[in-house]
Amino acid sequence: MLMMPQPDAETIARRAEIAADLRAIVPGEGVIETPVEMRAYETDALTAYRQMPLLVVLPQTTGQVSRILRYAHEKSIKVVPRGAGTSLSGGALPLADGIILGLGKFNRILDIDYENRCVTAQPGVTNLAITQAVQHRGFYYAPDPSSQIACTIGGNIAENSGGVHCLKYGLTTNNVLGIEMVLITGEVIRLGGKHLDSEGYDLLGVMTGSEGLLGVVTEVTVRILAKPETARAVLVGFPTNEDAGRCVAEIISAGIIPGGMEMMDRPAIHAAEDFVHAGYPLDAEALLIVELDGPRAEVDHLIARVSEIAARNRSQSLRISNSEDERLVFWAGRKAAFPAVGRISPDYICMDGTIPRKKLPEVLRDMAELSRKYGLRVANVFHAGDGNLHPLILFDANNADELDRAEKFGADILRLCVKAGGVLTGEHGVGIEKRDLMPEMFSEIDLNQQQRLKCAFDSQGLLNPGKVFPVLHRCAELGRLHVHKGQLPFPEIPRF
Amino acid sequence: MPQSTFAPTSEAELESVVRGAIAAKTPLEVTGRNSKATLGRPVQAAATLSLSGFSRITSYEPEELVLTAGAGTPRSEVEPLLAARGQCFAFEPPDYSRLLGVGDAGSLGGMIGCNLAGPRRIKAGAARDHFLGFTGVSGRGEIYQAGGKVVKNVTGYDLPKLLAGSYGTLTALTSVTIKVLPAPESEDTLILEGLDDATAIRAMSLALQSPFEVSGAAHLPATINAGIAETLLRLEGVPPSVAYRRDRLAALLAEFGICRSHPADESRARWIAVRDVHPFAGDQSRIIWRLSVPPMEGARITAAIADRADAQWFYDWGGGLIWLSLPSSDDGGAQLVRGAANSGHATLIRAPQDVRAAVPVFTPQPTALEELSRRVKAGFDPAGILNPGRMYQGW
Ligand SMILES: Cc1cc2nc3c(=O)[nH]c(=O)nc-3n(C[C@H](O)[C@H](O)[C@H](O)COP(=O)(O)OP(=O)(O)OC[C@H]3O[C@@H](n4cnc5c(N)ncnc54)[C@H](O)[C@@H]3O)c2cc1C
Repeated sequence: MLMMPQPDAETIARRAEIAADLRAIVPGEGVIETPVEMRAYETDALTAYRQMPLLVVLPQTTGQVSRILRYAHEKSIKVVPRGAGTSLSGGALPLADGIILGLGKFNRILDIDYENRCVTAQPGVTNLAITQAVQHRGFYYAPDPSSQIACTIGGNIAENSGGVHCLKYGLTTNNVLGIEMVLITGEVIRLGGKHLDSEGYDLLGVMTGSEGLLGVVTEVTVRILAKPETARAVLVGFPTNEDAGRCVAEIISAGIIPGGMEMMDRPAIHAAEDFVHAGYPLDAEALLIVELDGPRAEVDHLIARVSEIAARNRSQSLRISNSEDERLVFWAGRKAAFPAVGRISPDYICMDGTIPRKKLPEVLRDMAELSRKYGLRVANVFHAGDGNLHPLILFDANNADELDRAEKFGADILRLCVKAGGVLTGEHGVGIEKRDLMPEMFSEIDLNQQQRLKCAFDSQGLLNPGKVFPVLHRCAELGRLHVHKGQLPFPEIPRF
Repeated sequence: MPQSTFAPTSEAELESVVRGAIAAKTPLEVTGRNSKATLGRPVQAAATLSLSGFSRITSYEPEELVLTAGAGTPRSEVEPLLAARGQCFAFEPPDYSRLLGVGDAGSLGGMIGCNLAGPRRIKAGAARDHFLGFTGVSGRGEIYQAGGKVVKNVTGYDLPKLLAGSYGTLTALTSVTIKVLPAPESEDTLILEGLDDATAIRAMSLALQSPFEVSGAAHLPATINAGIAETLLRLEGVPPSVAYRRDRLAALLAEFGICRSHPADESRARWIAVRDVHPFAGDQSRIIWRLSVPPMEGARITAAIADRADAQWFYDWGGGLIWLSLPSSDDGGAQLVRGAANSGHATLIRAPQDVRAAVPVFTPQPTALEELSRRVKAGFDPAGILNPGRMYQGW
C-alpha cells in the first residue's frame, strides 16, 4: 500500500471551527460533515484506497470557490478538488486533514455557440452532457472516455483524459479552448477563450493534466465538432499478437489514421464475449477493431484498404459492420471490457502505460512471464493506434496478500513500459497509484523542475498534496539557486 | 548588440555556458538559426547562445508517428525527410522568412518556441499540440527532460506545452520529440468570389460547421487580392472523399454565389501564400500584426481598425486569425489594434526594433495572470539569464 503524508493533528483538532467558517461562505447543505454523508467521498475509482476527508464543501459559484481557497490558504488547510470521483489513479482520494472541494453543483452549460463552434460549461457538467447538448444540431465533443456518462469536464481537464477516438481527434488538451480557474490564493484568472492559442506562457496547456495540484477549474470552453457523416468498423481476428501489431503499424504507415483502433488479447476477448455476446472470434489470440469515420465515399475506400492490409497480415477472420447496429455490437464487447473482467474476478486494477507500438509483442510476452511469477491473471485492452496499453490485473482482495501482489505486478508492468521506451500513464494520470514510480521515468532534477512549476501556482503545497510527486520539497528549498563559481569546465566551447 | 556567441555542441557544454552566465550575471540571447530574431521584443544580452549545434536527427519512426531531433535542426532538413515517407507536421508550420525578410525557415526549436501553426490549425492544432517531449538546460543551469517519446502521455505536468510558445525564455532546448502524421493524399480548394468580410466569415462558419472536414478557411479581401475578394475553403484526404466533399460543400454554400475549384497544384500554392503571409511580404516598411480572435468577431474588429487607419488585412482560421498591415507609426498602432481586439489577443509580428522595444509585443496580461507567469519564469530561470525581456518588458 502507498503511504499518504502524515495528517496534521492540529488541523484535525480545529475541524468544528473550520466547518463553521466554511458554512459562513457556503451556507446550509453546502458543507458536509457527518461520517454517513461523507462516505460517498471517501474513495474514487481506485477503490483499494479509502480515506475520510476532514470535511466536504460544495460551492456553487466561482466567488465561493475563491473565498474557500483564500480561507484555506490563510489557514494552511489542504484542499482536494473533486469532480465525479471516477479517477482510476486516486487523484481525488481525500486527505484526513484536507477539505474535499466538490464541484458537483457546477452543473450548468453556460453557452452554446455553433458559429464559433464551442461550448462553455461549468466544470461539474459530465463529458457526455456536452455532446448531448449539441447533438441535435449534428455536433459532438470529441474526447470520449469510457466513463463519459459519469466523469466531469473539470475532471477531464485535470486528468487530460482521452478515449477511443483520441488518435484522430486528440486528448482533452487538444480540444479545450479556455478555462476560468481559481488559484489557492483565491485569485480568479482566465486562460484562453473562444479564440485559438493564447499568448504568453501556455498555462492552459499546463493546467490540463495537472491532476488538481495547480488550481480549481470553475469554467470550461471546449470546441465541438460536426459529427462525421458515417462510421463503420472492421472486426479482425489474428492468430498472434505479432500479426495484429504488424497490421496496426501497416495501417498507419499506409497513411490511414482511423477514428478508433482497439486491440484485445485472448483473455479480454473471452471475458467480453461471455458477457455481451458480440460475436467475437474465440479462436483468435488478438482482436482488432478498426473504425473508419467520415463521408461514406471515404469510409468505403478506407475499409477496403484496411481489409487488404489485414489479409496481408494473416487475419483469421474479418467482419465489416453493415449497419449502425452492427457497428455498435462490435464495440459493445470492447466498451464493456472492464465490467466483463469484473464478472470473472472479484477485483481488478486497470493499468495504463504507453509503449512504442512496435514493442507490443515483446511487452506482452514479458507481461505473461510476470503473470506467472505473481500467480495473477491479466487481460489486455489496448488503444492500439497510440500505443496506450490497459492491462487489467485480476485479483481477490479477500485473499490476504493478493492486493499487494497485484500492485507489485502492476508496478512491474509499468516498469516494462518505461524500459520499452514508453511512459507510466497514457491517460489515467499519476495520482497516488503511480506516484512512487515517477523516478522510473524522471531524474530528481526532472522532478524538482516539475515541482517548481507547482510552487509558482501553490507555494505552500496545499492543493492535492501527496499526489503525483513521490517526495515533497519545500518551495523555498527548490527555489534556491546554486551558483557555480570559478573555472568554466569547458573553456574550449567555441565562441565567435 | 551581443558581443560573443556561444555555440555548444553537447548538453554538458551548454550546461556550463548557462552556469557561467548565471555566475557572471550576464544574460544570454537564445537562438536557433536566428530566423525569428525579430519576433518578440529585442533582448538585452551580453552574449548569444546558439543552439544550432544541436542539429542531429536522432530517430524518425514513421509507423510510430514520432520524430526526435536536435532543437537546432533546420526545418529544411526535416520536412523533406518526412515528405519522402508521406508524412508531415500536421500543424502546417509557416515559413515567415519572406514576411520577416530573413534567409530561412528556421529550426525545430524555433518552430516550437514560437508555437507556429498554419491554416490547418483549425483542424489539427498548433505546434503545442504535437510537441511530445524534450531535453534542455533550464535557466538554473540544469539538464532536465520532460514529456516522453510516445504519442500519448500524461505522466507529470505537460511541460512541453509550457515550453511551446515560450520564446526561449524558460529553457534552452537541445532535443525535441514531435508527433508526425500522414500527409493528405490530395487536396482541392473551393473559391467563393466577391463576398464582403462579414458574409465571407458567415460562409466559412457554415463550411466549418458542416461534416465535410474543411482543413483551411481563409478570406482575402479585394484590396489585397488584385481587386477581387476570394474566400478559400480547402478539402484534403483520399481522392474519392475530397471530390465528394467538394461537391457537397459547393451545394451547401450555393447561396453565396458560384463556386470555382482549384486543382491540387494551384491549391497548394494558394495555401502556402496564406500560411506564409505572402500578401504582406512585399513592403517591409509596414507594420504587421497577428490577431487571434473568436472567428465571428473578425469582421467587426477589422472594420473598427480600418475606420481609423490605412489598414490592409486578410483572414485565416475561418475568421479567427487576422493578419493586419498598418503604415509605420510610433506605437505601431498598438492602441488602436488592442482597443479593437478586446477578446482574443494581438501580437506585433513585424516592426522596427525601437517600436518593438517601446510597445508591448504581446498583449499585456491582467495582474494576477502576469504575476503567475512571472513566478513560472522564476521557477525555470530565477536569475533572468535566458532571453530576458523577449516577451515582456522587465522580465
Ligand atoms: C469505468 C471507467 C472507465 C474510464 N475510462 C477512461 C477512459 O477511457 N479514458 C480516460 O482518460 N479515463 C478514463 N477513466 C478515468 C476517469 O474517468 C477520468 O480520469 C476522468 O477525467 C475523471 O473525471 P472525474 O470528474 O471523475 O474526476 P475526479 O475523479 O473527481 O478527479 C480526478 C482529478 O481531477 C481533479 N479535479 C476534478 N475536478 C477538478 C476541477 N474542477 N478543478 C481542478 N481539479 C479537478 C481531482 O482533484 C483529481 O485529482 C475511466 C474511469 C472509470 C471508472
